[in-house]
Amino acid sequence: MEFDKEVDARNLNCPLPILRCKKGLSDMAADKTLKIMATDPGSVKDFDAFCKQTGHQLLQMDEADSVFTFYIKKQISD
Amino acid sequence: MAKKLALIASKGALDWAYPPFILASTAAALDYDVQIFFTFYGLTLLRKDISDLKVSPIANPAMPMPLPMPNLAQMIPGMESMATMMMKQKMAKKGIATIEELRSACLESGVKLIACQMTVDLFDFKPDDFIDGIEYGGAATFFEFAGESDVNMFI
Repeated sequence: MEFDKEVDARNLNCPLPILRCKKGLSDMAADKTLKIMATDPGSVKDFDAFCKQTGHQLLQMDEADSVFTFYIKKQISD
Repeated sequence: MAKKLALIASKGALDWAYPPFILASTAAALDYDVQIFFTFYGLTLLRKDISDLKVSPIANPAMPMPLPMPNLAQMIPGMESMATMMMKQKMAKKGIATIEELRSACLESGVKLIACQMTVDLFDFKPDDFIDGIEYGGAATFFEFAGESDVNMFI
C-alpha cells in the first residue's frame, strides 16, 4: 500500500501510539496517507476508535510478526 | 464544536499520576478541549521537577508483587524507593511513557492545566515551583468549564 509518511510506534504502550499518530498527521495535507506501526495489541481497537472519532479514514490494517501496521488517510478538516 | 473533558487530579503518587495525564493527552488527540484541575496532592504534579514521584505498596494490597510481602516488611526504610525503582524499570521495559512525557504532550496539545489556588496557599507553594503555562483558579473556575463538559472525572 502506498503512503506519504511513516511513523514507527513499535514497542510503545498506550497512549503513545495514538499520540504519535496524531502528531504525525498534524503537519500532513488532507488526503495524504500515514503509515504507522505498533506492537501494542490494544492499538488495534484504539486506532479504530481514534479514526471513528476524528474522521480520519483507516484504509487498512495488517498484522505480521506481532507488528500491527495501520494506513490512515488524513481527513480534510483537521 | 469540540467535545470537552474536565478532570480533577487529586492524587500525587506515581501510579495515580498516570490516569489524568493519559486521559487528557488522549482526549486532546481526539480533538477534545481539555482542562485538568490539580488539587491537594495532585497539585504536586505541576512542579518543575517530578522525578521524585513515588509508588507505595503500603495500603495497596492489590499491587502485584514479585513475592508476597507482609505490611510490616513494606515499612522498612527504603522499601518505597525500591518499589518505585522497580515500577519505573518495568514501565520503561514495557514502553510506557514517563509522566514528564505525558505532561509535555498535554501542554503541546493545548490541555489547560489549572492549579488549585487554595492548595497552593495551603502547602506554601511559590509560582516559581511550577512549570510555565499553568493557570490558577478555584472551584468556581473549574465549574465554569466542567458545567459545559461532555465528560467529567475525579481522579
